[in-house]
Amino acid sequence: MPRAPLEEHHSFPDEIRAYIEQAAETGLYDIRGLGAKRRLPTFDDLVILTASLSRYPLEGYRERCTTETVLGTRAKNPVRLATPITIAGMSFGALSARGKEAIGRAATAVGTSTTTGDGGMTSEERESSKCLVYQCLPSRYGFNPEHLRLADAIEMVVGQGAKPGGGGMLLGQKVSARVAAMRTLPEGIDQRSACRHPDWTGPDDLAIKIAELRELTDGRIPIYVKVGASRVLSDVKLAVKAGADVVVVDGMQGGTAATQQVFIEHAGIPTLPALRQAVEALEEMKVVGDVQLVISGGIRTGADVAKALAMGADAVSLGQSVLMALGCNRSSPADGHAVPTDVTPDYEKLGTVPGRCHHCESGRCPVGVTTQDPELELRLDPVEGARRLRNYLTVMTMELATLARACGKSNVHHLEREDLAALTITAAAMAKVPLAGTSWVPGQ
Amino acid sequence: MCGIVGLLLRRAELRPALGELIVPMFECMAERGPDSAGVAVFSEPSSAELCKASLYASSETYDWPALERRMASDFGTAIRMQAHGNHALFVLPREEGVREWLRAHAPGVRLLSVGAAIEVWKDEGNPRAILKKYGFSKFEGSHAIGHTRMATESRVSPAHAHPYTAGRDFCLVHNGSLSNPYMLRRKLEAAGVPFETDNDTEAACRYLEWRLSQGDDLEHAIGHAFVDLDGFYTLLIGTRHHMTLVRDPVACKPAVVAETDDYVAVASEFRSLSHLPGIENARLFEPLPARIYSWTA
Amino acid sequence: MDGVASASPREVVDLAAAGVRSLNALLHERAGPFPSVEVLHPMGQHNVAVGAVRAFRVEIRGHVGYYAAAMNQEASIHIHGNAGKGLAENIMSGEVQVFGNASDAVAASGHGGLVVVHGDAASRCGISMKGVDIVVGGSIGHLGAFMAQAGTMVVAGDAGSALGDSLYEAVIYVGGRIESLGEDAREEPMTAVDRERVAGLLARARLSPPLPNVERFKRIASARSLYHWHAGQNRIHG
Repeated sequence: MPRAPLEEHHSFPDEIRAYIEQAAETGLYDIRGLGAKRRLPTFDDLVILTASLSRYPLEGYRERCTTETVLGTRAKNPVRLATPITIAGMSFGALSARGKEAIGRAATAVGTSTTTGDGGMTSEERESSKCLVYQCLPSRYGFNPEHLRLADAIEMVVGQGAKPGGGGMLLGQKVSARVAAMRTLPEGIDQRSACRHPDWTGPDDLAIKIAELRELTDGRIPIYVKVGASRVLSDVKLAVKAGADVVVVDGMQGGTAATQQVFIEHAGIPTLPALRQAVEALEEMKVVGDVQLVISGGIRTGADVAKALAMGADAVSLGQSVLMALGCNRSSPADGHAVPTDVTPDYEKLGTVPGRCHHCESGRCPVGVTTQDPELELRLDPVEGARRLRNYLTVMTMELATLARACGKSNVHHLEREDLAALTITAAAMAKVPLAGTSWVPGQ
Repeated sequence: MCGIVGLLLRRAELRPALGELIVPMFECMAERGPDSAGVAVFSEPSSAELCKASLYASSETYDWPALERRMASDFGTAIRMQAHGNHALFVLPREEGVREWLRAHAPGVRLLSVGAAIEVWKDEGNPRAILKKYGFSKFEGSHAIGHTRMATESRVSPAHAHPYTAGRDFCLVHNGSLSNPYMLRRKLEAAGVPFETDNDTEAACRYLEWRLSQGDDLEHAIGHAFVDLDGFYTLLIGTRHHMTLVRDPVACKPAVVAETDDYVAVASEFRSLSHLPGIENARLFEPLPARIYSWTA
Repeated sequence: MDGVASASPREVVDLAAAGVRSLNALLHERAGPFPSVEVLHPMGQHNVAVGAVRAFRVEIRGHVGYYAAAMNQEASIHIHGNAGKGLAENIMSGEVQVFGNASDAVAASGHGGLVVVHGDAASRCGISMKGVDIVVGGSIGHLGAFMAQAGTMVVAGDAGSALGDSLYEAVIYVGGRIESLGEDAREEPMTAVDRERVAGLLARARLSPPLPNVERFKRIASARSLYHWHAGQNRIHG
């Protein structure tokens, strides 16, 4: 008699059984890098309504479509960029020094900004990056007034999308001598980070803290406030009330170099509804045009950027996709060699394969991007990495401009929410964009 | 988030100056709380039976005299009234029946406070404008607590402004953010305590009101609050003869106290106290976490 | 500038007339005359003397608000009054003295220099410190030296609960009672080196007599059991 098909237990799929196994066997929770990997509503669920009989496109390549972007318009020296695609905070420590250098070079070549991370400012990054945003985090590792004065903007980090309410994390294998010295930690220990700032709690105190940073920098540069997407509507309003010149909202898909798996997959809301709520908050506060909005968390393509701008963002910030341009999850690193080096065995040592790796926390990055190991670090050539990243950012900017032109816009910032339609009811509700083929926005 | 202020005068001769003294305290707290402001003033009534009711209407041109006439006629007695745009203070011969009468005859009017001593003025808008509009500088009384609000999760509206009141001669203001306000609200509503807003501060106020109605004195009520309330809070409570200050055990939200022979003043930041007369010689301290500080007027 | 009388070698800044901006701009000057600065009527304002870049001598007559003397480099800043939250936060070098009491987060994340509170300090004194030396003549509140990474803190009086929670390599010396120790903090025996260190810091702090007896101090340091995550650490807290 044929056996009945074996029934899968959808409440306990393989990943859940592996999780239970690890917890039972080791008593440890899972720590990993990157962002939420499960399927979530994204910008892919929106489409752009390009030219038709009633709207006329601009000629690609011939008719100008500007991508210039200004952030922090209220400051004496706003941040002026050639593209609305910026690079998010990723620490030296999480990333190798060569990785930070490659990012800086690419950003300078393209005319955009990079951001320090939870480890302070390295000379490689300040020298290679023409426009550098300096983060102030709960840990305050390496934070100092001289670096503040060298910065082009300050980003006060309340939280990040991968773990709103969680602090930074760097495991001992990545706390090298240089990293340890910058962070005032013993070499090789597992770094524990604060989740709240040491000297302020709440938006009323944040207003005074922002005033302090303005005093320190003589009021010259814009001050950003970054929040992980949780209670976005109130957070963005409070950031404005506290004095932010730019608000940065990082959705659930946003990455990290190391944090608990439970945080990554189960805390915060996706970038799509976070963006819509952030725009609503700025509109309610009547500061559109005065306070700019940067959205991040799983931004991958020029189409994502176009849709984000259409929904009301002034700029986007990239993290994970930048790492991938530098070689993350590739079977051969961006080492600049004529013949590609196959590093698949090093992925296998981590228990994974190229395309599925999320072990930034291990310090054994096979492509030299998120490692402090002196040998592995050499696998990323800063010049080659910069070339690839510059290419990627350029392609994204061109895609953005192409889509904007196809909508008849001579300025990418003229994209508006009425240029969008939604492919799913979920996306329609989250983005407050009508379901394609209808005028229906759920809830309205 | 917010700014809180409190002033209790130790000498009766100073009572006519209560408003003048508290206005500069408020003005300093306007940046901490730009969205709305309010104050509760406590002053003894001229006669033992009198009851004060602070009322609020949504319209600036509400016909308070007409309401006064109707009420006087139904209660069979004269009623004193002071009106200021959308606020009015009614002084009545007794308290019984006042809430029910208002609910039946003036449902659009909100009762801000009831008691022998308490008067409440609160509204949305910039604190500096509110101080002027309601003439805070002219207030007289033994003690006052006040608040400037930076709205966090719930809306900005006059109803959401602090102080929140409960029962008779009881009110509080709050700086901080409760992390379990909704479960508190559900528990209290199930116990028959009605809520007006979704604001977390109202949850704290109704919680204490409930504990007091269960027979706790204020100290025991606050003791229960340390267990049941979660989050960050500095609370300043005004009752007929007392001003009470408490900070949660984690104590991240600030408070400074200045004591002299003439007054006890409380504020979120010292600079709010810096203009008070005699501040140079005041005893200045910060309240310890989870400790109850109470002063008698 | 209103409120600033130009006179050498002293500048007088009246903060009731001028705001903190004029004082801070003066302290950010890297070249030119090197005055000592008298600051009057701070009236609890925030951000007084933030970000000094040279060895100015600054005397502040009155109480200050949040973040006074923050991110100080080289300067000698004396506050004749009380200080609000975050006194000398992120100090890099130099010396800050408060003759009254200080609020929360004294010398938060400080990297170097010396911060002295002659009175009491509130909670989280020395939080996240990264190399600064702190001396408190009175007592401190709870969570003293929370997540303190490097540097030395000397408390002549008592310490509140959870002292040294999550301590790294900073060392704390307490002359009075300790209400409770934090996670991973432990008392260690005092050696001659410790006593010398305490005596040295008390001397540098110039506390008013009578000076505390060095023999009474206890040494609190990290047990270093949280330096590496392992299953044994994961406990259910009752």
